[in-house]
Amino acid sequence: MGTIEVNGKSYETDEEGYLVDLADWSEEVANHIAAVENVDMSDQHWEVVNFLREYYDEYQIAPAVRVLTKAIGKKLGPDKGNSQYLYELFPYGPAKQACKIAGLPKPTGCV
Amino acid sequence: MSTKVEAPPLRKYPVIPVLDIGAMSASKPYVASDKIQEAIGFPGELAPDWEAKAIAKMAELLGRYRSLKVYLDACVHCGACSDKCHYFIGTGDPKNMPVARQDLMRAVYRRHFTLAGRIAPKLVGARDFTPELLQDWYSYYHQCSECRRCSVFCPYGIDTAEITMAAREIMDAIGLGQKYSNEIIGKVHRIGNNLGLPGPALEDTLLGLEEDVKEDTGVDVRYPLDAKGAEVLLVTPSADFFAEPHVESLIGYGKVFHAAGVSWTLSSHASEAGNFGMFIGNYEQLRKIALRVREAALELGVKRIVVGECGHAWRVAYSFWNTLVGIGAGGDDPFAVELQNQLDHRYRQPTHICEFTWDLIERGALRLDPSANDHRIVTFHDSCNVARASRMGDFPGGQFEIPRAIIRAVANRFVEMAPETIREKTFCCGGGGGLLTDELLELRVKGALPRMEALQEIAERDGVNFMATICAICKAQFSKVLPYYGFKMSMVGGVHQLVSTAIRLGSND
Repeated sequence: MGTIEVNGKSYETDEEGYLVDLADWSEEVANHIAAVENVDMSDQHWEVVNFLREYYDEYQIAPAVRVLTKAIGKKLGPDKGNSQYLYELFPYGPAKQACKIAGLPKPTGCV
Repeated sequence: MSTKVEAPPLRKYPVIPVLDIGAMSASKPYVASDKIQEAIGFPGELAPDWEAKAIAKMAELLGRYRSLKVYLDACVHCGACSDKCHYFIGTGDPKNMPVARQDLMRAVYRRHFTLAGRIAPKLVGARDFTPELLQDWYSYYHQCSECRRCSVFCPYGIDTAEITMAAREIMDAIGLGQKYSNEIIGKVHRIGNNLGLPGPALEDTLLGLEEDVKEDTGVDVRYPLDAKGAEVLLVTPSADFFAEPHVESLIGYGKVFHAAGVSWTLSSHASEAGNFGMFIGNYEQLRKIALRVREAALELGVKRIVVGECGHAWRVAYSFWNTLVGIGAGGDDPFAVELQNQLDHRYRQPTHICEFTWDLIERGALRLDPSANDHRIVTFHDSCNVARASRMGDFPGGQFEIPRAIIRAVANRFVEMAPETIREKTFCCGGGGGLLTDELLELRVKGALPRMEALQEIAERDGVNFMATICAICKAQFSKVLPYYGFKMSMVGGVHQLVSTAIRLGSND
């Protein structure tokens, strides 16, 4: 278990830096996690993060990679709707790294 | 994740590594929290009297599994196994020699369960179960992927995997569990699969696949969920819904069922083929997870059960489902009998998706265009649990031949890796047995070394650019570690990904 400090407030995370309480998330917290991950948040990054949060809100799970690429393709253009583009944005993997920044739990299993 | 992991250099001629004592002693997976432990019936934390509890548990397991006692007694320390483990080859840590891994338990066994060890422990390598030794257990029993390669070379057939499973079972019983596996097991009970995909998310994902396949092929291929009265229940790893390249194989299964005209369904209740109960050596969890498949099969009224591309799932299905839950002969409780009566025994129960597809190919029931895979030069990575713990078809070695036969039918260019690295001697991907977790990345990268060397050889010599496999763990592990060795992550994919590329749908004209 760990904690992160953002603007004088501290938030609980698990061993890998995923937020324990989803309600702790804010844009400031996301920026902080992204900085730790060496991810420089652009508008495109935010598109992904916002989509993840919307999807999670509806389904209580992060979207499958294919669902995500399709949605991003629709928003940012078909040339961006592939996992290679998502790996460019989130080098450690769109599922895990983007989820962490979006304040969602880590996808588990054989992924 | 910020820690930098470096892949060992690929060697031209594999030689036994120079010993690097203690190199991996700090490699440990995260410990399961009390919440995770208690949710699946294990103590939440290490009890003060853990040593006594561990010895009592060991006594119970020795009584329950005669194999364990034989393995602990029979080793003559001949050394045949010592250089056969991919984790030893990749790390050089002598405690990753299979015999040394076994000895971590054998020392305690001798101390408490043999006369010589009780009287003169030092003379026979017997040791008290100290906190330091427990730390070694936690570290090195989580550096074994239970792949059983060492047992192929052991003159006594000692199976280190079973010792690892027993060690993990003992550690769970005293409150020292592994977060990755035990959290996942809890999710299966709560939600139905390792990923935690609830029914509506599955439905949304499958609808998306139907759209994609329609767009690609112009054909309405269905990916049905919870369809009562379907002929086939397909049980597949939940990674097939979620991840790349896994989903490409799921798309392929659907195309095969479509082309065969066989009605099929997935189940939201049994939306996981994987069974991590085996990884932690816990029979009750193994059975409880497997029972979901029976419940779904009875509920949906299916006649056949087909298993998707998942290595250890096929071991559980092929070797254990019969007595665990009654899929196949052996289960004798009322529900097992009910299921036996429901299933159609003209077919193998359960059937591997490769058996299903190969049967259709043999009968000429699929239209295939192997030239569609001409951009790929393909090799096949045998997944450990399929290769060494199961079978396909009705002839010895079917688990090796059938996936290869499918590949040859759907792709024109196929190349084998070095013979000492395939079939029953295959190397683990480096991420099996409950080790596919980020905090073990160094172990995973290093453990992949022998497979990467074999791949490098044919990539250089024959231009191989695609390694097909039939396991969700292999796919995820290779996607992660291939780049460390200078390969593209997209080089790995499923056998049914190749089928999906080659299959021609629509009318037969």
